[in-house]
Amino acid sequence: MIPTSRTNLPVLRPFRLGAASNVSSILPLDGRQGVILVAALLVSAGIGEANAGPGAPSILATIVKWTPLLAQGFALNIAMSFLAMAIGTAFGVALGLGQISVLAPLRATAWSVTQFFRNSPWLVLLFYCMLLLPFEFRVGDSFVSLPGWTKATVGLALPVMANVSELVRGAVQSIPSGQWEACEALAFTRLQTLRMVILPQCIKRMTPPWMNLYAILTVATPLTSVVGVSEAMTLTGDILSSEGRTELLVPMYLYLLLWFFVYCYPIALATVALERRFQVR
Amino acid sequence: MDWTPDQPLIRMHDVHKSFGPQKILDGISLDVMRGEVICIIGPSGAGKSTLLRCINALVPIDRGSILVAGQEVHDAKLDKLALRRKVGMVFQQYNLFPHRTALENIMMAPIHVLKHDRAEVDARARSLMRKVRLDGKEGFYPGELSGGQQQRVAIARSLAMQPEAMLFDEVTAALDPETVKEVLVTIRDLAEEGMTCVIVTHEMGFAREVADQIYFTDRGVVVEHGPPEEFFTQCRDERARRFLSQIL
Repeated sequence: MIPTSRTNLPVLRPFRLGAASNVSSILPLDGRQGVILVAALLVSAGIGEANAGPGAPSILATIVKWTPLLAQGFALNIAMSFLAMAIGTAFGVALGLGQISVLAPLRATAWSVTQFFRNSPWLVLLFYCMLLLPFEFRVGDSFVSLPGWTKATVGLALPVMANVSELVRGAVQSIPSGQWEACEALAFTRLQTLRMVILPQCIKRMTPPWMNLYAILTVATPLTSVVGVSEAMTLTGDILSSEGRTELLVPMYLYLLLWFFVYCYPIALATVALERRFQVR
Repeated sequence: MDWTPDQPLIRMHDVHKSFGPQKILDGISLDVMRGEVICIIGPSGAGKSTLLRCINALVPIDRGSILVAGQEVHDAKLDKLALRRKVGMVFQQYNLFPHRTALENIMMAPIHVLKHDRAEVDARARSLMRKVRLDGKEGFYPGELSGGQQQRVAIARSLAMQPEAMLFDEVTAALDPETVKEVLVTIRDLAEEGMTCVIVTHEMGFAREVADQIYFTDRGVVVEHGPPEEFFTQCRDERARRFLSQIL
């Protein structure tokens, strides 16, 4: 039997993988959203234009002018999302395996850690990491400084870790018990069973929700602007204050939204395509 | 105690097992000699599957004793893995590994559990595929095979461990009527080659043909047992008679 851990609180309900189609229904993106975004951007630029004082440069030209800077900021968003995903996945897999351990204390610990980080607001975790991690630490004689964005990345990695942990546990438990039984009857050890039979099947099941989690993480990276990381959101604010034109406000933020959409939409499409392919098999 | 071939290969004595308040096995005793084929029949929920799972220690027992080749199965010191190498098992739902091809399914355990040489295991697996009449399907994934074909791969997978006895748990219950026969023929061939088999089945005609002994179980006890001819023609017990009249 596979050990299980349960919770009664509705918020803490364990993640279920069974029906993969559930996942696509919560996908954050739809192609029409892109069309709406572009249309809104153009309309708001037009309105802004109409309200602009005489002699001011056009809104679209201003947006184009600031695009290289915005791209720099966005690169940081992507870098943080990659790193947080990598760290979160590595620790999350370990934690998820802990949740299905045969050792009760390990199982309980892994479960508590998972639930704690999965149900804490991301922003709170972010603040904690910013405040608790030192701005530099000693390695031998030299000091290595920890820039704000690295601390923010750790802060984002924590909820990712907890979600990956639940993904792993849910995937393992969604494998029919017959697979375990067959392995037992063939004299596989538990470790061999996990490594050769259970986990390979889990990877396939986990990939679409894992990509979905990545998209969610990416759109959450602007949270780090609150703690002072110079990513795209912060830079947009800076640009707006340096331009000092209120009619830029709406088009600029719409433009930022468009960046995130262009990045995340292909991921959403790929996720749906993968789900379909895995369902057929 | 040393086991000699004149003693039963599998001996169950007064085995009890409950799941919670529900008694599943209530004092089962049976003997299986080497090379013998026994069929266990009886109504659903009579504990037949649990009985099989006790023999290779998939299910722990509450009381009694099970000896396989003279070794107590439910001795805490027993190496369960060693026991399971001796006793193969085939399931109702096949339980093949869907991410591996038919051939890989057969090769995995001998390579990783028995640590046999890969080339030798490959040759053995291919000859087993021929034996279950599936040559040419080596590279197919379980999802690409019919139920009957999957079940024959499962039998080959179990045989690749070179077990001394095989347990069959209602292996045709999930199959289409047309494919039942191909699986039964495979098991009959095995039985004729002298493999010790414990078969839980609802196929009475098959049981009558291959079994050396028939055991009828109901509510966790062996109600009646005997050679097939005797059992099917002059069964004394009322419950067994009623069961047979419903099935035949």
